[in-house]
Amino acid sequence: MKNAGTLKLTTPTDREIAMTRVFDAPRRLVFDAFTKPELVKQWLLGPPGWTMPVCEIDLRVGGAYRHVWRNAKGKEMGMGGIYREIVPHERLVCTELFDQAWYPGEALVTTTLVEQGGRTTLTSTMLYVSQETRDNVLKSGMERGVAASYDRLEELLVSIE
Amino acid sequence: MMATLRALAEPNRLHIVELLRDGPRPVGDMVQRLRLRQPQVSKHLRVLSAAGLVDVRVDAQRRIYALRPAPLQELEVWLEKYRRLWEGNFQRLDALLDELKTEELKTKEKKRARAKR
Repeated sequence: MKNAGTLKLTTPTDREIAMTRVFDAPRRLVFDAFTKPELVKQWLLGPPGWTMPVCEIDLRVGGAYRHVWRNAKGKEMGMGGIYREIVPHERLVCTELFDQAWYPGEALVTTTLVEQGGRTTLTSTMLYVSQETRDNVLKSGMERGVAASYDRLEELLVSIE
Repeated sequence: MMATLRALAEPNRLHIVELLRDGPRPVGDMVQRLRLRQPQVSKHLRVLSAAGLVDVRVDAQRRIYALRPAPLQELEVWLEKYRRLWEGNFQRLDALLDELKTEELKTKEKKRARAKR
């Protein structure tokens, strides 16, 4: 993959999980890919075998969005929320709640796009209602498709190897 | 693995683990560096030890702690799965962005060609 950045995961505070990734494209295209349903459906799919048959986005402050994923066996998983802040091509803040949420309260997801020399750095931060909730998200791990990591641990792991 | 995460979720304990990655250290040394009282450090070390993250050996009067890599390696395997999930999404996004850029270029060229006419 040409100039593909590596995904960086961090826990900036005890209630947050953050992801950073560089894309080889101007930020207005990255913004489109995050906010236009016909584009979102093409990449936000999770593990192999899942598709996104439902993707509705009402891109205005107070507007709702909804994603439904489905796998080959017909199993479905839904998630949605409300847009709280929208700065075109720059910043998106929305709530996020899975239909069968295994943690209390909604997460608040802040996505920022910074462009430099035609490349875009995406940072997506998920803020949970409490440390306990974030840790529950951590605990639930992979089978739910949502989790996180400690980047300092990664450094550790590298240094131990 | 949750025992590992829980043990590391406390900032002082994470700090201890970070200190130990440079090599084994006696308790007294960690007390100084962490600016905590000895009983607090000992308490954290007990939690880390129960989670299997550290080993202790006694050398004369000193208790020397060392990191045990096994639980951290287990954690790495798990992190790698999460990373792969998102990396899968983002690699599809890379491909999509390439398509969008190509389309934009084509549209621009058409416009330019039209303007020339």
